[in-house]
Amino acid sequence: MAEIAIKGVAKRFGGFTALHQVDLSIADQEFMVLLGASGCGKTTLLRIVAGLETPSHGEVWIGGRRVDNLPPRERGIAMVFQNYAVFPHLTVFENIAFGLRMKKLPQQEVEQRVNRTAELMHIEQLLKRYSGQLSGGQRQRVAVARALAMEPDVILMDEPLSNLDALLRLEMRAELKGVLAASKTTTIYVTHDQVEAMSLADRIAVMHQGRIVQAASPVEVYRNPAARFVGSFIGNPPMNFIPATKAANGSWSVAGLTLPGPKSDRQKIEFAIRPEDVDAGSEGLQATVRVIEPLGPHTLVTCDVEGGLFRAILESNASVQVGDHLRLAPKPDRIRWFDPETTNAL
Amino acid sequence: MHGKALPYLLLMPATLFLCVFFLYPFALVAFEAVTRDGAFTLDNFRTMAGSWKFPVTVRNTLLLAAIVVPIQLAVALLMASVVSRLETGRSAALYIFAIPLGISDLAAGLIWLAIFDQSGFLNTLLSGLGIVDRPIMFLGYQSKLTIFIAVALAEIWRATAIMMVILVAGMGLIPKEYYEAAEVFGAGPWKRFVRITLPLLRPSLQTAIILRVILAFEVFAVVAALGGTNLPVLMGETYNWQFTLQDRNVAAASALLILAISIGFTLFFLRVLRVPKEARI
Repeated sequence: MAEIAIKGVAKRFGGFTALHQVDLSIADQEFMVLLGASGCGKTTLLRIVAGLETPSHGEVWIGGRRVDNLPPRERGIAMVFQNYAVFPHLTVFENIAFGLRMKKLPQQEVEQRVNRTAELMHIEQLLKRYSGQLSGGQRQRVAVARALAMEPDVILMDEPLSNLDALLRLEMRAELKGVLAASKTTTIYVTHDQVEAMSLADRIAVMHQGRIVQAASPVEVYRNPAARFVGSFIGNPPMNFIPATKAANGSWSVAGLTLPGPKSDRQKIEFAIRPEDVDAGSEGLQATVRVIEPLGPHTLVTCDVEGGLFRAILESNASVQVGDHLRLAPKPDRIRWFDPETTNAL
Repeated sequence: MHGKALPYLLLMPATLFLCVFFLYPFALVAFEAVTRDGAFTLDNFRTMAGSWKFPVTVRNTLLLAAIVVPIQLAVALLMASVVSRLETGRSAALYIFAIPLGISDLAAGLIWLAIFDQSGFLNTLLSGLGIVDRPIMFLGYQSKLTIFIAVALAEIWRATAIMMVILVAGMGLIPKEYYEAAEVFGAGPWKRFVRITLPLLRPSLQTAIILRVILAFEVFAVVAALGGTNLPVLMGETYNWQFTLQDRNVAAASALLILAISIGFTLFFLRVLRVPKEARI
């Protein structure tokens, strides 16, 4: 059992606060992805869990044991680094065996475990080679095999796929998911790639400016962003936001539409909808078409709504022209509202 | 044109300089070593090896190198590890450690002579503290061991910094991620040093050791200052043959011997500390 609890962890580098009071619980065998733009603190948080960075405040617990005062090697973790950190002076075999040798396991078990994990990662034919003789993708596999060979309670991954080319990344992503699910470890995985996050995670913790803005299942994060940032960061193209002003009877007027909405003391809030959640029809948001991008399965239309950009994904057979005035009807159950001051969902 | 020829053209002055002031004199010395009065002979080497001093000088020189270089290596590794780990004041520490580098070997010998001399600092200190009644002859002709120790100390003090500077540069080239990976995968500080630092430092170790070993076989001024003729070494004997005994041919043979030993050790360390191409960073 290796559940992870991060309690009130903060990290300051000089005058810069990289993490503000972060709390996060990760269940045993859960696959947690830390997602955010560069500089949001996700790697710092991972390195604090690993023990490569000391928190300025707060506690880290792994498997019911407080570990923030322990060195990395006593935390029962394994890690896959962004640049792989495959030792250049050791063969692939010795790289995978490194942690096992440090544990002083008997030679026979070392061989067994190295061979098993190498087979799992499909690198059994590379065991005698050196890192310098491997491609990026192969090095990546060695780094993962080295972590798996430890049979750790927790695997930490720091942008492990970011240095691979697009096709390889797709392939490795699927493979990692299978391998890690089978290994029954708790995983924390850092990435800035939302597709990677969505496809791998049991839960995604979206980070922004040193805080966790939302930690929820991928579908939940996508459908019900807890904050404006989450909606604008996740989804390609991201969510559309339009200002809404208070109308009579607790409803809100949005770009020519009057919609029932949340109760709020504010006069202005923000209406939000995902591009795929609108239909072109006779009623809806008043939009002027600016750019049309046929993408095959559907057409991406960029419009002007209330003086701001609005993207809509329409069926590929929709006949629209630049300059057309459209009426885009939002699906009622997909409409979200945000408080413009706190940027939180209403 | 000029694309291909330019680099060679630019190298030309330095090459010419080396040919005129190094290769040509070297050829002359080599020629003198194997001739006497114009005829080819190995007598010069026989004379050199036949001298009663020869076995002593060879022994002293090898012993000095064998004791000084490993100590310097260990101290330099320790100092380099400490300096590399400093977060602030790193270059200040480097400069301070490197001060002895700026001192010529004769001056270094004289500094240590001022310490060990009969009326030197050490004797003044000892009698001031009342430990001895009269000055001790540290560097007298009967005390070969203390002369040897004084020379070794002076050499260690003077020339460890060059090794350290090379090793600090080498350690700076090892990516931090390897240490982090080693740490995560269970290596404590000593294991990280043995399993990561040392193997990845091999190219720098090679340079530092070769440089020091060659300089150790050329040790001369420090020995002359501290021991005079009481601790004969190869380079001192070469000097002797040339200037005291006025025999250029034997001096040339002696110089060639030092060169041969240096080349031998260089090849040895190149081989032992070789990093296979596929295992480089």
